[in-house]
Amino acid sequence: MAWIAWRMLIGNRGKYLGIVLGISFAALLIAQQAGIFWGLMNMTAAQIRDVRGADLWVMDPNVQFVDDIKPLSDNDMMRVRGVPGVEWAVPFYKGLARARMEDGNFQQVILLGLDDATLVGAPQEMLSGSLSDLDLPDALIMDDAGYKQLWPKEPFQPGKAFEMNDRRGVLVGICKASKTFQTFPIVYTKFTRATQYAPSERKVLSFVLAKAQPGQSLDELCATIKQQTGLSALTRQQFIRKTIMYYFTRTGIPMNFGITVLLGFIVGTAIAGQTFYLFTVENLRQFGALKAMGTSNPRIVGMVMLQAAQVGLIGYGLGVGGAAAFGVFARFNSKLAFLMPWWILAITGAAVLLIVLLTSLLSVRRVLTVEPAIVFKG
Amino acid sequence: MAAETKIDGPAWVVTVLTAPPNIAVRCRGVTKDFGSGGTKVMALRGVDLDVRLGEMTLLVGPSGCGKTTLLSVIAGIMEPTEGEVEVLGADLASMPNGDVVRFRGRNIGFVFQQFNLLPALDATENVAVPLLIAGMRRRKALAKAAEVLELVGLSDRAYALPSELSGGQQQRVAIARALVHQPALIVCDEPTSALDAVNGRHIMELLHDSAVQPDRAVIVVTHDSRVYQFGHRIASMEDGHIISVDDASHHQPAAAAAH
Repeated sequence: MAWIAWRMLIGNRGKYLGIVLGISFAALLIAQQAGIFWGLMNMTAAQIRDVRGADLWVMDPNVQFVDDIKPLSDNDMMRVRGVPGVEWAVPFYKGLARARMEDGNFQQVILLGLDDATLVGAPQEMLSGSLSDLDLPDALIMDDAGYKQLWPKEPFQPGKAFEMNDRRGVLVGICKASKTFQTFPIVYTKFTRATQYAPSERKVLSFVLAKAQPGQSLDELCATIKQQTGLSALTRQQFIRKTIMYYFTRTGIPMNFGITVLLGFIVGTAIAGQTFYLFTVENLRQFGALKAMGTSNPRIVGMVMLQAAQVGLIGYGLGVGGAAAFGVFARFNSKLAFLMPWWILAITGAAVLLIVLLTSLLSVRRVLTVEPAIVFKG
Repeated sequence: MAAETKIDGPAWVVTVLTAPPNIAVRCRGVTKDFGSGGTKVMALRGVDLDVRLGEMTLLVGPSGCGKTTLLSVIAGIMEPTEGEVEVLGADLASMPNGDVVRFRGRNIGFVFQQFNLLPALDATENVAVPLLIAGMRRRKALAKAAEVLELVGLSDRAYALPSELSGGQQQRVAIARALVHQPALIVCDEPTSALDAVNGRHIMELLHDSAVQPDRAVIVVTHDSRVYQFGHRIASMEDGHIISVDDASHHQPAAAAAH
């Protein structure tokens, strides 16, 4: 009977394609929009993710997310170093600087200052030049996307210069960095140099990056730092979550994407539901004939559910396939944010399942109430 | 007079009535009402009828006299309001609905006025449907269907879709579908009314030659007097009653035309 159900379904090409199209559209929109949303959310925490080597981020207790800078004093860093269980702690500067380009234009950049001695927080992959070039006077390293944004179609040459806070900076290397939410170029330099590029303030230490001693529980160490210094200490994952949750709860981004996802769901359900229902109504006589010939109601329901499941599965495949193709395209376009973890596939699958259930519900009701005697009517 | 008996083959318990062994269908005092109160319509008003094995019985009468309703009751797809209906020794009224459905699937073949072939399946696949419903494996069912399709002279159109067949050919496929699982009762609802005279005659010849067997009864609802000659007996209905049951030989064309 499964075979008959399948043949009935594909036998009506127009309706079949209509139903699959509706479900594909819904799955595509849900997966793609959720993927963009999650990509954007992840971009908000990209710089936390890019900092490797340190276990903990120590910050002012009122910091809400990674770009919410509330500077610490040098003393704070010393106090963190003094907490039992801390192997080392180094300064990390993060701020926005205004770069004055050679042509006189200004460009906002994200300025990151790495510990002078250890360069903790340095980019993981250099595309041109090396980290040690930061020892050169006024040396800066810029991320690849940022460089292409400022000097499009111009191959990198060491020595490109611009000013920040009336101080000269010279590009000595290009690195790879994760896409950021603000999309500004990222400029890496040493901590002391970064403080000179930044506007003058009494306190300039954005974060303290700390390493736990081997065997030390990170959660316990966070609690100890908080207890002894009054500062907030978070693991990398905790800080990423905190940053994402800030954007999630305090901005309209989830709402906007949520509306699009909901629209996709509703439109997909409407198209698929209506077409599937019409398909069922068109086949009522056939279902009636099957009933008359000895097909039980549970088997008829099974046939309808199977038809719905088939279009659901195909629509889901096409939809998430389309979303994945968009993701591949996004990888080659640095301005697009897209991430599709397993749970987006699961949520999309659940949404498609719901569409299929809603869609088949009306049809099931219709075939259940059709009297087999319908076949005796001319 | 009723006895609880297990019938060989189908796995259900039925109440067996006491019809003689050569009677495939026995109706006694069968009524069927539709609606209630002021809108109540009595489609059957106490029908008594015996349908014998090895015969083709024609149910004839004017439109609205209850022929199709009686056929639906006999085929177990409609419950009578009152009365007893014994089909192939089984009292359908005493069976759970699921068993009635299975009983239908195994013991009754259907030929419909509008053919009711599945448009997405080719001729062979359509013929195989009752076997698939019965749970036979697809390959075996298709092989068996091809044999029966040859029997009705359509082996050269085995892979044609219903839309590619003429009305007569479609009805032949429907007859093959009714025969393929070798049911003991075949019910036909106006099998010739959607066909021209020549095709109608061919269909009745086919039914007469292929469907009628010593261990099988065929009931044909028709108002087409030209096909009366193919039946063994003719049950005439009027206003929800059987008014006469005659040997078909008694029905001369002129008399039949009165219907």
